[in-house]
Amino acid sequence: MTEETAENPLREAIAGAIAEKDVLLFMKGTPEAPMCGFSARTVAALEAHQAAFFAVDVLPDPRIRQELSAISNWPTIPQLFVKGELVGGCDIITEMADTGELAELLGVEKPAEAAPDPAAPVQAPPLQIDNLSGE
Amino acid sequence: MSFELPVINDPTPDELRERIEAAIPGSQVTEADGDGHHLRVSIVSDAFEGLSRIDRHRLVNEIFAGELGGRIHALSMSCKTPEEAK
Repeated sequence: MTEETAENPLREAIAGAIAEKDVLLFMKGTPEAPMCGFSARTVAALEAHQAAFFAVDVLPDPRIRQELSAISNWPTIPQLFVKGELVGGCDIITEMADTGELAELLGVEKPAEAAPDPAAPVQAPPLQIDNLSGE
Repeated sequence: MSFELPVINDPTPDELRERIEAAIPGSQVTEADGDGHHLRVSIVSDAFEGLSRIDRHRLVNEIFAGELGGRIHALSMSCKTPEEAK
């Protein structure tokens, strides 16, 4: 790492989004077109809860993932943040969806059926972190 | 002049089992499967007692620091205490 945090606009943008968005998912691909099974399962769990969430696709720029993992101390994608706190990746989110903890955390009703509804609407457009790489 | 060829061997379920059980004393990997890219383990250990889900995963992630997302493309895990595993 040669860049200082203070001069790392990408890291600041990521930290800012985590602080600002109540429910924020960093994933591979978009909620409409996930590019990885783990991201897809996490999106499905959120959508089954009809929870509004923002998503960031980490694929367009490898530095997003690098900076995110440096902030969160979590090596893999997806990563779900609720109210600024890392909740976990796919394993943890699907476990919490099953136990009802996810519904409690999101302040929604636990969905009746565990199976995700593929037709569930995506309630927020993917958040773009663009033009912030400081180049 | 010699050249060190970077040979990468894919991780196996057995390797993960051995490394987890060595790193977390008293832990038992009750299930380990998958191919070299997507692996899944179920771990039962007293060491998870009192830890949040995220801290349990971090305990395991530390064993494979630098390898997750790389050599070990994806590691799916279930971390339970002996009580929870009953």
